[in-house]
Amino acid sequence: MKIHLTSVFVDDQAKAEHFYTQVLGFVKKHDVPVGGTDRWLTVVSPDEPGGTELLLEPAGHPAARAYRDALVEDGIPLAQFAVEDVRAEYERLRGHGVRFTQEPLEMGPVTTAVFDDTCGNLIQIATEPR
Amino acid sequence: MADDLFKALADSTRRTILDELAEKSGQTLFEICSRLSMKHQLGISRQAVSQHLAVLEAAGLVETRREGRYKFHDLNTAPLRQITARWLVRDTSGPEENSS
Repeated sequence: MKIHLTSVFVDDQAKAEHFYTQVLGFVKKHDVPVGGTDRWLTVVSPDEPGGTELLLEPAGHPAARAYRDALVEDGIPLAQFAVEDVRAEYERLRGHGVRFTQEPLEMGPVTTAVFDDTCGNLIQIATEPR
Repeated sequence: MADDLFKALADSTRRTILDELAEKSGQTLFEICSRLSMKHQLGISRQAVSQHLAVLEAAGLVETRREGRYKFHDLNTAPLRQITARWLVRDTSGPEENSS
């Protein structure tokens, strides 16, 4: 068994596509209409085109809002992405106007930071321990 | 109020939370939990951390601030002045000090 797809709920798929590709730098993998205005929209890392896909899923379900609002209030990220250098990525994203709820924090071998994806979620970036 | 203050300080986890907020004010609950578990190896639940924060907030040592959808915790050291005012300040301004 492999983890080949995971998802985050997003308020607006067009906005999410822009943020996840133009700002974060992921690459669009699938974009298929699935009824109404909803799309099966996935992105992958340019470093791993065949790697795990992230589904940018419409947050239409009434429970999704309450769930995400509660997590955001407490600063809890819904997904984590690995980066080479958290501080460099923090500076880069801040240059794009990205809002961080947690600045880079060194905790032993791991450094993390948490930002708002502008689509209703908090995302954690982390350096992998070497 | 004084009882709330001393009760709040009489717990090592709560003092650690204050240490971390002194290092950087304005933390989310998630960041406080991360610091306690990763920096201090304190394996306590998020609910327990919330309860500790509520005690610190009742004592006026922690204040919460809402900014849009986020909630941040700030350190407020003002209540600690009650301690210095009650004992230390009186000592230094006492007659023994002045006579030297």
